[in-house]
Amino acid sequence: MAKKKIEPHPMENILRMDRIPHIWCPACGIGTAVTSFASALEKLKVNLDEVCVVSGIGCTGRVAGYTKVDSFHTTHGRAIAYATGVKLGNPKMKVIVFSGDGDIIAIGGNHFMHAARRNIDITVICVNNFIYAMTGGQVAPTTPLTAYATTSPFGNIEPPYNIPRLAEACGAVYVARWTALHVRRLTNSIVEAIQKPGFSVVEVISPCAQYYSRINRLGDGLDMMRFYHDNAVIKHNEPTENLDIDYQKQIIMGKFIDREKPTYIERYNEWLSESKPKKK
Amino acid sequence: MKETRAKYWRKSLNLSEFKIPKGKIHILKDRCKGCGFCVEYCPNNVLELSEKFNAKGYHPPKIVNENDCVNCGLCEMVCPDFAIWCTLDKEVCLES
Ligand SMILES: Cc1ncc(C[n+]2csc(CCOP(=O)(O)OP(=O)(O)O)c2C)c(N)n1
Ligand code: SF4
Ligand code: SF4
Ligand code: SF4
Ligand SMILES: [Mg+2]
Repeated sequence: MAKKKIEPHPMENILRMDRIPHIWCPACGIGTAVTSFASALEKLKVNLDEVCVVSGIGCTGRVAGYTKVDSFHTTHGRAIAYATGVKLGNPKMKVIVFSGDGDIIAIGGNHFMHAARRNIDITVICVNNFIYAMTGGQVAPTTPLTAYATTSPFGNIEPPYNIPRLAEACGAVYVARWTALHVRRLTNSIVEAIQKPGFSVVEVISPCAQYYSRINRLGDGLDMMRFYHDNAVIKHNEPTENLDIDYQKQIIMGKFIDREKPTYIERYNEWLSESKPKKK
Repeated sequence: MKETRAKYWRKSLNLSEFKIPKGKIHILKDRCKGCGFCVEYCPNNVLELSEKFNAKGYHPPKIVNENDCVNCGLCEMVCPDFAIWCTLDKEVCLES
């Protein structure tokens, strides 16, 4: 069958439209987060040859495969480790890790902690859908208390991580949280995070219409978006200890941390330029 | 109260300088998965989900009053499937 020529999408230069339709379910928020990321790149007017997207494994982990820049689809949990290598190997690259809550906070939690501690100059966009979506909706370290998952059929009893608090405690220099509905503010935060020298984190609360909202009987993705509309409030600079997410309760969004610290590469260059101690 | 205030309303002298954008909407029907985000969040209710099915069996949006589209781009931003976007068609004077 001859392929019908379709109209070019305005983001054709950033996204691999030849691979679209993508694998994500109807009303999944990951695509919306990708649009925000693509518009952020457009706003930044960066040279796309100097952008690298690194993803781990999961539904969100597929993002790297849809971006028309250098990208890595890495092993589960290791996106930040690969990204660290890319950044140190070629410091002029803008390196963005785009992955899920399970990938970054569960199996990849240790990489997250130490990249933040070292202040590696990368941006982490973490799509938090409160669940391991790709593998069938298992409980994640971000699943709110009492929420159902396929592996918590009686409701989750494990307190979840508050990602902004974790990021702040480990040393991140920029931390923000938005939902997949707040696309314009999310775009602005991604712009700021990419510009910020150091380890920056943008959490995106996003509907998983296939597992999280279905298992918890919260309706479809549109119902989740309506929930964000009615229950998400903006509180910039809110102390991160107040940012816990309780099941179907208020979600606080905004920019919480924006501080200056020398990056790993700055420290390294400083060390190189200093006279080194003589070997004994 | 409203009536008394109304008589002090003046027409801005430079009203003709103000223009509002008019958008042209592009929909790739067969790429849409019928989530309804664009319909729900269009500020001017330009879109509606169609009764018809697309090739994948979803109901894509249809344009019900393109004249009200102000090229705000929100439909394009919220669409998770890169199936809808808007371009500037023309700018019209507020007066007309
Ligand atoms: C080493 C390893 N362990 C487990 C898996 C199975 N696995 C694939 S994706 C995933 C979880 C993904 O969750 P998340 O990062 O939140 O992404 P989402 O699908 O929710 O976007 C798991 C456990 C794997 N691929 N590799
Ligand atoms: S399973 Fe959930 S997160 Fe994965 S594509 Fe479907 S809706 Fe999105
Ligand atoms: S550009 Fe704005 S006004 Fe026009 S259809 Fe899209 S959301 Fe509606
Ligand atoms: S937002 Fe996109 S996928 Fe959803 S109904 Fe509109 S055009 Fe279709
Ligand atoms: Mg997840």
